[in-house]
Amino acid sequence: MNVIEVNNVSMKYRLATEKVDSIKQYLIKKAKRELHYEDFYALNEISFSVAKGEVFGIIGLNGAGKSTLLKIISGILKPTTGSIKVSGKIAPLIELGAGFNGDLSGIENIYLNGLILGYSKKMIKSKIEEIVEFSELGKFIHTPIKNYSSGMKARLGFSIATIVQPEILIVDEVLSVGDIKFKEKSEKKILSMMEQGATILFVSHSLGQIEKLCERVVWLEGGRVRKIGHTKEIIEEYKKITLNN
Amino acid sequence: MKTHVYNFLKYKDLFLELIRKDINLKYKNSYLGVLWSLLNPLLMMIVLTIIFSEVFQNKIENFPVYVLTGRMLYSFFSESTNFAMNSIINNSQLIRKVYVPKYFFPLSRVCSSFITSLISLIPIILVMLLTGVHFSFYNFLIIIPLFLLLIIAMGAGMILSTIFVFFRDMGHLYSVILMILMYMTPIFYPASIIPDRYHWLIELNPLYPLLKIFRDVLMYGQMFEWSELLIAAAYAVIYFLVGIYVFYKKQDRFIFHI
Repeated sequence: MNVIEVNNVSMKYRLATEKVDSIKQYLIKKAKRELHYEDFYALNEISFSVAKGEVFGIIGLNGAGKSTLLKIISGILKPTTGSIKVSGKIAPLIELGAGFNGDLSGIENIYLNGLILGYSKKMIKSKIEEIVEFSELGKFIHTPIKNYSSGMKARLGFSIATIVQPEILIVDEVLSVGDIKFKEKSEKKILSMMEQGATILFVSHSLGQIEKLCERVVWLEGGRVRKIGHTKEIIEEYKKITLNN
Repeated sequence: MKTHVYNFLKYKDLFLELIRKDINLKYKNSYLGVLWSLLNPLLMMIVLTIIFSEVFQNKIENFPVYVLTGRMLYSFFSESTNFAMNSIINNSQLIRKVYVPKYFFPLSRVCSSFITSLISLIPIILVMLLTGVHFSFYNFLIIIPLFLLLIIAMGAGMILSTIFVFFRDMGHLYSVILMILMYMTPIFYPASIIPDRYHWLIELNPLYPLLKIFRDVLMYGQMFEWSELLIAAAYAVIYFLVGIYVFYKKQDRFIFHI
């Protein structure tokens, strides 16, 4: 059974040759017919599917469209054409702690961030101790978050995002959260989620990590699928071609 | 439609939390906290009463309550729509990173302003007591104008926040519009001084019929005029529907402009 199906997805951006953000400018340019746009395809006719329980990697150079693809799958962006079918609850570990408010305390932010991730209030209440414990913030949990270090924020974000066993986990280079100790702990957590049957989409520039974790990989290049298949073959070819250039 | 309802139910806790957060943050780091929502209208009332009753010698009966009621509706509308206008931009970090129903931001801002504005009913009732206004059952009907105003502010908030994403000039323009709106609303002058030939212009202001209903039921303890209610309800429906339409049509493009 496929939990993620991506069908012919294209993402077109209209790049204005100049930035127009005031009504006056817009009207003048419009009247003079000086509004020019350039089409730019961040993704072009992407199709693939991911089966339940699979660990699926996405590789490609910077600007290949990896992040755009993740954003489309997690529903932040709508594709220009094509369709996406996702069945199951997604935990996007793309941007940890999105929506943290500096003036609120750690506890208050757990509620806010948890609700943003789509948890119910009751659920968060029952898990709050577990979150605090995993984040190792201890007594700082009642301090306004603006006084946290970036590592503390990331730890809290990670702890909130991984508190439920998701059906689909999107991981975008976040295994590098916090210090070595926490990094190990977070890797362990992700591995345990994998064992419990979560489908995982994994984006990383570390080919070692990809080889270790993923069964299949899609290789994006310039917004198109260059190749899709078993990790070993693709990584080999990817290494050969990107390193030669 | 069904998926929208389902989606709303899934995130409804978030909606309530956003409202609570706004209210919390509003009073955080201030010593008097909520008291400001009581003091602010009272201080304003004192200033306006001195200016308009003593200096300009107007003939409005029970001027303090007259000003307080007008001020309450106007300042709710201006505050909530202003906040709502900025809400999408202020939450751009969030919108770019996770999926959240975007209409939550303008609507929760309007709702939080609504709740804090309701606090200024307390000074109104206090001053009514002090000035010996008779209370009546009609007073309870204030729910009607307040509800309609909430709907209008939601609609206007959605329209403004959409425009503001694409054109930041709207911020400057809207402050001018709000000022015009203030003078078009009989907050500190009697509606009767408006010449008849300009009456149609005043009726364009959605606050006008609402304020009339509001004062009728609260201050004068009498039934409102049905024609006023009809106009106000029509405004509410139009603003809300246009707001939803504009916002819904454009929301997928927000992310390219924030």
